[in-house]
Amino acid sequence: MQPPTFQELILKLQTFWGDYGCVLQQPYDIEVGAGTMSPETFLRVLGPKPYRTAYLQPSRRPADGRYGENPNRLYKHTQLQVILKPPPNDVQELYLRSLQAIGIDLRRHDIKFEEDNWESPTLGAWGIGWQVMLDGLEITQFTYFQQCGGIDLDPISAELTYGIERLAAFLQDVDSIYDVAWTRGADGKLVTYGDVRLAEELQLSVYNFEAADVQKAWQHLQLYETECKALIDGYSVLKKKAPEGAAADELRRYPVLGAFDLCLKCSHLFNILDARGAISVTERVGVIARIRTLAVGVAKAYLDQQQSSVREAAEPKLETVEVHA
Amino acid sequence: MPDLLIEIGCEEIPARMIEGARDEFAKRITDLLQRERLTVQRAEAPVASYSTPRRLAVLARHVSAQQPHVEEQLIGPAIKVAFKDGNPTAAAEAFARKAGVDVGKLEKITNSRGEYLAATVVRKGRAAGEILAEALPKELNALYWAKNMYWRTGKSERFVRPVRWMVALLDDESLSLEYAGVRAGNRSRGHRILTSAPVTISGANEYVEELRASKVIADRAERLEEIRKALDLEMRKVSGARWREDAELLNTVVNLTEFPGVILGSFDRAFLSLPEEVLVTVMRDHQKYFAVEDASGKLAAHFLAVLNTDGDRDGVIRHGNERVLRARFNDAQFFWQTDQKIPLTDRVEMLRNVMFQKDLGSYWTKTERVRAISTALARELEQAGVRVSSRVVDQAALLAKADLTTELVKEFTELQGIIGGLYARAQGHPETVADAIYDHYRPESTDDTVPSSTEGALVALSDKADSIAGMFALGLQPSGSKDPFALRRQANGMIRILAEHNLPLRIGEIVERALTQYRACEDLKSKLREIEKAPEALAAFFRERLEFYLRDVRGIAYDVVNAVLAAGSEDVVDASARAEAVTAVRPTEDFVAISTAFKRIKNILRQAREGGKKWPEEFSNSQLSESAEQVLGARVVETRAKVESLHKQKQHQQALTHIAQLRPVIDVFFDKVMVMVDDEKLRSNRLALLATMQRSFSTIADFSEIVTER
Repeated sequence: MQPPTFQELILKLQTFWGDYGCVLQQPYDIEVGAGTMSPETFLRVLGPKPYRTAYLQPSRRPADGRYGENPNRLYKHTQLQVILKPPPNDVQELYLRSLQAIGIDLRRHDIKFEEDNWESPTLGAWGIGWQVMLDGLEITQFTYFQQCGGIDLDPISAELTYGIERLAAFLQDVDSIYDVAWTRGADGKLVTYGDVRLAEELQLSVYNFEAADVQKAWQHLQLYETECKALIDGYSVLKKKAPEGAAADELRRYPVLGAFDLCLKCSHLFNILDARGAISVTERVGVIARIRTLAVGVAKAYLDQQQSSVREAAEPKLETVEVHA
Repeated sequence: MPDLLIEIGCEEIPARMIEGARDEFAKRITDLLQRERLTVQRAEAPVASYSTPRRLAVLARHVSAQQPHVEEQLIGPAIKVAFKDGNPTAAAEAFARKAGVDVGKLEKITNSRGEYLAATVVRKGRAAGEILAEALPKELNALYWAKNMYWRTGKSERFVRPVRWMVALLDDESLSLEYAGVRAGNRSRGHRILTSAPVTISGANEYVEELRASKVIADRAERLEEIRKALDLEMRKVSGARWREDAELLNTVVNLTEFPGVILGSFDRAFLSLPEEVLVTVMRDHQKYFAVEDASGKLAAHFLAVLNTDGDRDGVIRHGNERVLRARFNDAQFFWQTDQKIPLTDRVEMLRNVMFQKDLGSYWTKTERVRAISTALARELEQAGVRVSSRVVDQAALLAKADLTTELVKEFTELQGIIGGLYARAQGHPETVADAIYDHYRPESTDDTVPSSTEGALVALSDKADSIAGMFALGLQPSGSKDPFALRRQANGMIRILAEHNLPLRIGEIVERALTQYRACEDLKSKLREIEKAPEALAAFFRERLEFYLRDVRGIAYDVVNAVLAAGSEDVVDASARAEAVTAVRPTEDFVAISTAFKRIKNILRQAREGGKKWPEEFSNSQLSESAEQVLGARVVETRAKVESLHKQKQHQQALTHIAQLRPVIDVFFDKVMVMVDDEKLRSNRLALLATMQRSFSTIADFSEIVTER
């Protein structure tokens, strides 16, 4: 059997999880360092409402860039993220079936679930789980989220993060990510991962390590932070002055989600400044704490908004509208 | 008598936690059975325990199906209250009702508090199943996990990973037991991939065999044996090769597998040009592979991987593992080459951007402090006549932390120091400098060796002293089981370095040098809140570490350790030598007698002091009146001179022998002479004599600390 191309792999996983009843979301359109930072994970895991989603998330990590010279490392890698809230009892078996769906005959391979807990101090988030090893290769991070934005979670969500480049290289048995077959073009010729992405890896490595304007990046960070903070503070002000119930509508339309977008911007700018070597040791802890404050603030406001909103049921309808717009 | 089987089926438990949890689980069940009188005797009820990544199980043989009935005596109200005019009162009747006995059947008993009403009742034993169903969930909840989790919506139970099934059988009968929403029964699960259907356990005693049929080896020891055999078998494919014995790795892989298999893989010989340290770390720590060496002990281009499946018929698994290893080695090689572009000397400046500790600043400032401490120590050693190159020490201290900025160390943090040493050599630094850098984190464990050279020893000492002093100055000293910065391990390391290198350096002075560096940092002042209290806290901390070293590493008796440290705990080499000397003379009869005499001296002096008595610093020969004290006085003067000179030459054992030889004259003294006489002159002179002995002869050890049992 022909191994799947990069895009077939994605489609197969999406089909699998779509068939399982997941909302197939699109990648979030703001730079993130990991699929976890998409609001589809970071915000949806909060609160009591069950949710299932799967989405692809290109994840940017400026410091990981290698100018396209390293066959295993990327500035921007592709995660396929699945959130199951709450996880079904057979979540591990379900996950293994997803591997079969992409053509892995489990009987011919060695699979291990090895302890690997996940933690992001910047997001005030952590979870318990494993790295899933396939013939010695880590192919998935499997996490039971315990806390997010500093808030204890109930229900717990299971987060499955597939590293798509690794999986594709494994299935296609190539040694360099850049040799992965992305697809076969109309003329039958192979289009490789390198054809599609190499220039981006090179140029953004140059940008992140050499060209990014440090002073402007600091300014951007400050601007986004100020606005984000103002929005978070605005929510508490609104909350305080509004008597319970009366301002439900006003609370519901308050742009907490906008504040989260700004928080993501800050996180990415921090990563650029970090890659640029512009953050000193003493500053570093402080900046991380600043971003954490934003993330925690947004999470609190979001949760509160969910709970305060009397017309919670109306929310899915709003999403439908967005999709059509 | 039936056998009891309990199996907890779980999602994969972290390998490092399995053994502890299994043993604790077995103990809890054993204790529970005893407590509930469901076993006759511990010895007759052997409890076997099993564990795999997905299960913990306990099999207890010969469990009583039924608790025995027990007679109990209930104590009721006092007779005074129970009867009025010979008739039972309401209190007596209430007690009878509670005990379920007729008032007429109540007894009178007398205990230490007086006369009381009592009733003998039979408490009926309950069925084992009933007791276990009630108690087991509590035991499961109480299991210790280094890290646990929630998983069920709205439920408060926490376990290491979600519990998915349970088997609870008394012979072939299922117990009605529930934990975390899982009902126990007789259905277990086999290997995740190799079997699909659940396994029905037909009886407690069939557990191990029925699981085996479903591709799970439940017994850890058996799995370990299988792995060893499979490793040996695969190894035969390469003539003359051996796999490197690795107890820790074996322990990990045995806890990652339910049905282990082994494959032999290979890698390109070209990678052997990378340092062995790097190759082994990648294989062992990152991939959990066993390294292979050829007949001459050199690393071979092979590895052994332990699988959790029954083999690799078409070589797919080997191919995959080789591919991963190749990528890892390629990475390492790439990092090695990239790192050479910036030499260590240029990397020192980059340390300004690497944080040592959030309140203690960067590794650059640490480097400056460590340089100052280590070069000062080198000068001190030179003055003491020890051969050491302060230039090598300074150079090594300067470059020691530079490898923290390299890609290779960022990738393989466990190789810090080692990489620095290898790079220093590759970049043409003297061998002595490279070795000192290579070794300066040593010893990292009790099994690890100390740095090989004196220069390496000094850098290691200074680096550790700086970390310990800094943390104490911040008030972050270890307490109880909490030692997040492994300061105890570092202090133990310092003591071993001093002892094994025979360095005449005093701990207090090393620490003081480290503290001095911090005191000079103006910008750290506000952070170092505990720096004033640090010297005292550090002295106590190191004394405790030295005590640990002498007792647990050198195996010296605790009372000897106490005696020796009471005479000084600053100089590790000296304290060790004194401890050895005391240990050597301790079995002699004279020494035991001397120890007893010194306890007596100590008591007399203490009582005299408490009684407000005073005595001069030195005793006066001319005022010794009786012959026994004159003899003793003369011998004390003579022995003191000898002991002093022997002590200076570190001839502790000989000095002790001289002191022990005082025994007969001391015995005669205590026999014939009364110290606490009314005559003040005589008394104070005798006290002065005893005080002189205590002072002069306690420089090696405080003999009064020696336990003298007969």
